[in-house]
Amino acid sequence: MGGVQLLAAEEGGAPAGIGVFIPADYDIIWSLVVTGVIAFFFLKYLMPKMTALLDERSAKIEGGLEHAAKIQAEAEATKAERQAELVAARQEAGRIREEAHGEGNEIVVEAKSKAQVEAQRIVENAHRQIEAERQQALVSLRADVGSLATDLASRIVGESLTDDARQSRVIDRFLAELEETSRSSEAVDAGTQPAATTTETGK
Amino acid sequence: MAETDSGSGFHAPSISEFFPPAIFFDGTPFEFNRIQLVRVIVTVLLILWLWLSTRHAKLVPGRAQSIVELALDFVRVQIVESVLGKTAGRRYLPLLTTLFFIVLAMNFAGVIPFLNIGGTSVIGLPVVLAIIVYVTYIVAGFRKHGPGYLKISLFPSGVPPIMYLLITPIEILQVFVLRPLTLALRLLANMMAGHLMLVLCFAATHFLFFEGGGLIPLTGVMTLVGGFGITLFEIFVGFLQAFIFTLLAAVYIQMSEDDAH
Repeated sequence: MGGVQLLAAEEGGAPAGIGVFIPADYDIIWSLVVTGVIAFFFLKYLMPKMTALLDERSAKIEGGLEHAAKIQAEAEATKAERQAELVAARQEAGRIREEAHGEGNEIVVEAKSKAQVEAQRIVENAHRQIEAERQQALVSLRADVGSLATDLASRIVGESLTDDARQSRVIDRFLAELEETSRSSEAVDAGTQPAATTTETGK
Repeated sequence: MAETDSGSGFHAPSISEFFPPAIFFDGTPFEFNRIQLVRVIVTVLLILWLWLSTRHAKLVPGRAQSIVELALDFVRVQIVESVLGKTAGRRYLPLLTTLFFIVLAMNFAGVIPFLNIGGTSVIGLPVVLAIIVYVTYIVAGFRKHGPGYLKISLFPSGVPPIMYLLITPIEILQVFVLRPLTLALRLLANMMAGHLMLVLCFAATHFLFFEGGGLIPLTGVMTLVGGFGITLFEIFVGFLQAFIFTLLAAVYIQMSEDDAH
C-alpha cells in the first residue's frame, strides 16, 4: 500500500483506481485513534452507566407494579371482610329483632295472665269479704231477733214466760220456724246457710 | 486538479476531495489532514454530547437524557435484541452500540456545515470498523463451538456431501473475505458517492450563479434545490448505513453462534 500511496502522492496526493480502496497507514492509525477513544468512552463510561440505569429502572417499575398488586389484593381482602361483617351484623340484627318480638309477645301474654289472676284474686277477696259481712250481719241479726222477739212476746204474754227453761224452748221453736221460712226463701243461695243454722242450733 | 484549483471555471468534484493535503506530520504515518481533523472533531462532539447528557443521568430522565436513551434504545431493541435475543444481545450490546454511534456520527459529518465530509468516506475508518466486526464474529464462533465452528460454518448440514465441492469454497470466501470486505466497501462507497453528489450540486450552483451569463443563473436554482434534496437524502443515508452496518455485524455474530447454519 505504501507503493500506491507513493504513486498517489506524486499526483497531487490523490491515489488512483484501486488505490482509493487501499487504506494509507496514517488513515488507519487515525481511524484507530478515534475508534479507540470513542470505544473507550462507550465501554467504560456510557454503556455501564446506562445499562445499570436501565436495570435499576426496570427493577423499580417491577417493584412498583408488585407493590400495587399487593395493595390491590389487600384492599380486596379488606372489602370482602367488611362485606362478611356486614352480612353477619345484619343476621345478628334480624335475630335480635325476632327475639325481641318473641319476648314482647311472651311479656304481653304473661302480663295478661297475671292481670287475670290478680283480677280473679280481687274478685274472690271481695266475695269472701261480702260473705263474711253477710255472716256477721246474720249472726248479729239473729241475736237481736231473739231478744226482740222475747221482749215482744213477754210484753204480749206478760210475765208468764219468765221461766228460763220454758223461755229457751219457746225461743228455739221460734227460731226453727224462722229458719224454716228463711231456708225456703233462700233455697237458691249457697249452702253456707244451713251450717250457720246448725251452729246456731247447737248453742 | 491544479488547473481548476487556481483559476475560475467549473469546480468539478474528484477523488482528490478525499485526499486533501496534509496539515502536519506530512509524510509520516501520523500525517494529519482535513479528514483526520473532521474525525477528531466528530469524536470530541460525540463524546461531549453523550457525556453532557448523561453526566447526571437519573432514573426519571430529563430531555437531553431522553434523547440519548432513545438512540441507545433504538440500537438495543431494533438491532441487537431483535437479532441476537436478550441474553446474547446483552453481551454484544456495548460493542454494537459503539459501532452504530461511530458510523452514525462520522456519516453525519458529511452534511454538517464546515465539516462537509464524512469521516467514513475515506477507507481507513470503514476498514478498521469492519476488522473489529470480523474479529468479533470469528472469535464468537470459536468460543461457542471450538474448532467445530469451521465445520458448522463451512460444511452446512443438510446438504448432499458432493455439494460441499461447490459450497465450501463459497462459504470460505464468504465468511473470511467477503463479509468484512463488503461491510467496509458498502459504507465507503455510499459516503463517497454522497459527498461527490453534494459537491457536484453546490459547485455547479456556485458556477452557474456567479460565472454564468444571461439567464444561466436561473438554472443554478435547480442545482441548489437538488443540493438541498441531496443533503436531506444524505442524512437518511447516513442513518441507514449506520443501521445496516450494525445490523449486519449483529447478524454475522448471530450466524457464528448459531448451532445449525
